[in-house]
Amino acid sequence: MLNSKPNIADHDGFYAELLNAHEGLDEQASAALNARLILVLANHIGDRDVLSQAIKAAKTTSK
Amino acid sequence: MTKIFEKPLYPYERSPDQDAITPVRHKVVVIGAGPVGLAAAIDLAQHGIPVVVVDENDKVSHGSRAICFSKRMLEISDRLGIGDRLVEKGVTWNKGRVFNGEDEAYAFDLLPESGHKRPAFINLQQYYLEEYLVDRVRELQAEGADIELRGGSKVSAVGTHETHVSLEIDTVEGPYNIEAEWLIPCDGAGSPTRRMMGCDFGGRVFEDNFLIADVIMDAEFPTERWFWFDPPFNKGQSALLHKQPDDVWRIDLQLGWDIDREEEMRPANVIPRLEAMLGKDTKFQLEWVSVYTFQCRRMDKFRHGRVLFAGDAAHQVSPFGARGANSGLQDTDNLCWKLASVIKGDAPETLLDTYNDERVEAADENILNSTRSTDFITPKSGISRVFRDAVLDLAQTHEFTRPLVNSGRLSVPAVHDSSCLNTPEIGSFPARTRPGASASDAPLPNGWLLDQIGGEFAVLTIGFAAPDVPEGVKLIHVAEPSDELKTRYAGDGGGGTILFRPDQHIAARWAAPSAIDIANAIQRAKGA
Repeated sequence: MLNSKPNIADHDGFYAELLNAHEGLDEQASAALNARLILVLANHIGDRDVLSQAIKAAKTTSK
Repeated sequence: MTKIFEKPLYPYERSPDQDAITPVRHKVVVIGAGPVGLAAAIDLAQHGIPVVVVDENDKVSHGSRAICFSKRMLEISDRLGIGDRLVEKGVTWNKGRVFNGEDEAYAFDLLPESGHKRPAFINLQQYYLEEYLVDRVRELQAEGADIELRGGSKVSAVGTHETHVSLEIDTVEGPYNIEAEWLIPCDGAGSPTRRMMGCDFGGRVFEDNFLIADVIMDAEFPTERWFWFDPPFNKGQSALLHKQPDDVWRIDLQLGWDIDREEEMRPANVIPRLEAMLGKDTKFQLEWVSVYTFQCRRMDKFRHGRVLFAGDAAHQVSPFGARGANSGLQDTDNLCWKLASVIKGDAPETLLDTYNDERVEAADENILNSTRSTDFITPKSGISRVFRDAVLDLAQTHEFTRPLVNSGRLSVPAVHDSSCLNTPEIGSFPARTRPGASASDAPLPNGWLLDQIGGEFAVLTIGFAAPDVPEGVKLIHVAEPSDELKTRYAGDGGGGTILFRPDQHIAARWAAPSAIDIANAIQRAKGA
């Protein structure tokens, strides 16, 4: 089951670190970083059902 | 020296059929003397079915074309009588390297497990395979088999009827007509038979061109599959290097979509590309050059009444994964025992529908795998390229991304899990030898399992006492099985009984079946 409740302890710190990682990168380099990050995270999760739920969750926007 | 592909192996000869007053009716006619057509004819002849092969040419194919032959294909070839020749001539390989730009991303080993007669893959030019198949046809003829190979005979019209198919055949001496009770078109990706029957199909065209070259060189490259993404000598594209016998090397260079094909094939353009890849000092000679594009597609149905399509005529994939000729031979492996049973009155005609069901399923699996490889090799959008490059980038340092690198998922035999010919099983057995799977080879005290199974229904019992088998069914009883045999076949009780179909796929398995259980499973596997 995908955990969609708050789960990151230092949430503001994490958010800042994520944005910092993109600091100074052009759009292409940022896209590449995001792709690598997604792959690393996806492998850590591993659970195929959870990954499908995550993709689905990300595709559902409020707009 | 005359190369094998320059020599007419089955030149046109006048057939008595041309002088017959009414069209002569044959049991089976195969269209196309490529690997799939010849395999079909040999298989049928070995089942005692008369067969005529017609082909508009009279030589083996020019250029290496299909070069990677899988373990399953070799096992089928053993049954057809050419396995030893293929393996003796072929280059056995199991290691590969993947490069990204200038760097090696990773190396792999297909790690063939021990206890199999045949290796994971061999590389061999298609013309050798065809030559050996033609030799086998000649051998069967010498033994008195009713198998005929008509070169210079082009099928120019096909008419389908309730009881037969009528064919018009064009020759240098003019056209003539014959009839066939059953027709097997193996006339390739552009199948004229398919077109004449109005069964053409759409499919996904990949907007890419590949230059394919056979190069003769005495080079120090190891016997490995080398695949490059974005190499310095072919920027932004991919490349593949593979060794074949006779110091022939296969080189595939991705060219992209907007190119002038004729221009790219000119030696003046090909040679600098190859020099950039191989180094200026490497001496090489071009044997064959072609530019190809490909599609992934299949016919809706492989069976159209008395017409049974096989190989590229029925389905096409990208070359990455070696799933073309290998799957074509699995088609005929599946089809021929069924057709022979139907012709002999030993099985209902509906058994042929299971050829359609099982091989359509296999084709879908091949199309899926080959489409995925192609999408990785030729990313279809900006973002798919971003992810592809991210995978390659991480592959050098992060082991976890290596399975995602897709330079071709190499052919493995299809498992017919949902086939109605399978008998549902009771008990716990290894998954790899479940009903629908092709037999896993293993050493026996007196040779190899697959050689013992042969090409008819056969029963293997290991560990336990030998069961009663119906008359005429071969029983292989191994009281003290090897570890490989046990790991691959034994159930929880330490043994088991396995029923193989004539194509060596597993039809049923039990702990301790009665003769009636086995007889029922055989009937079921014959579509009764």
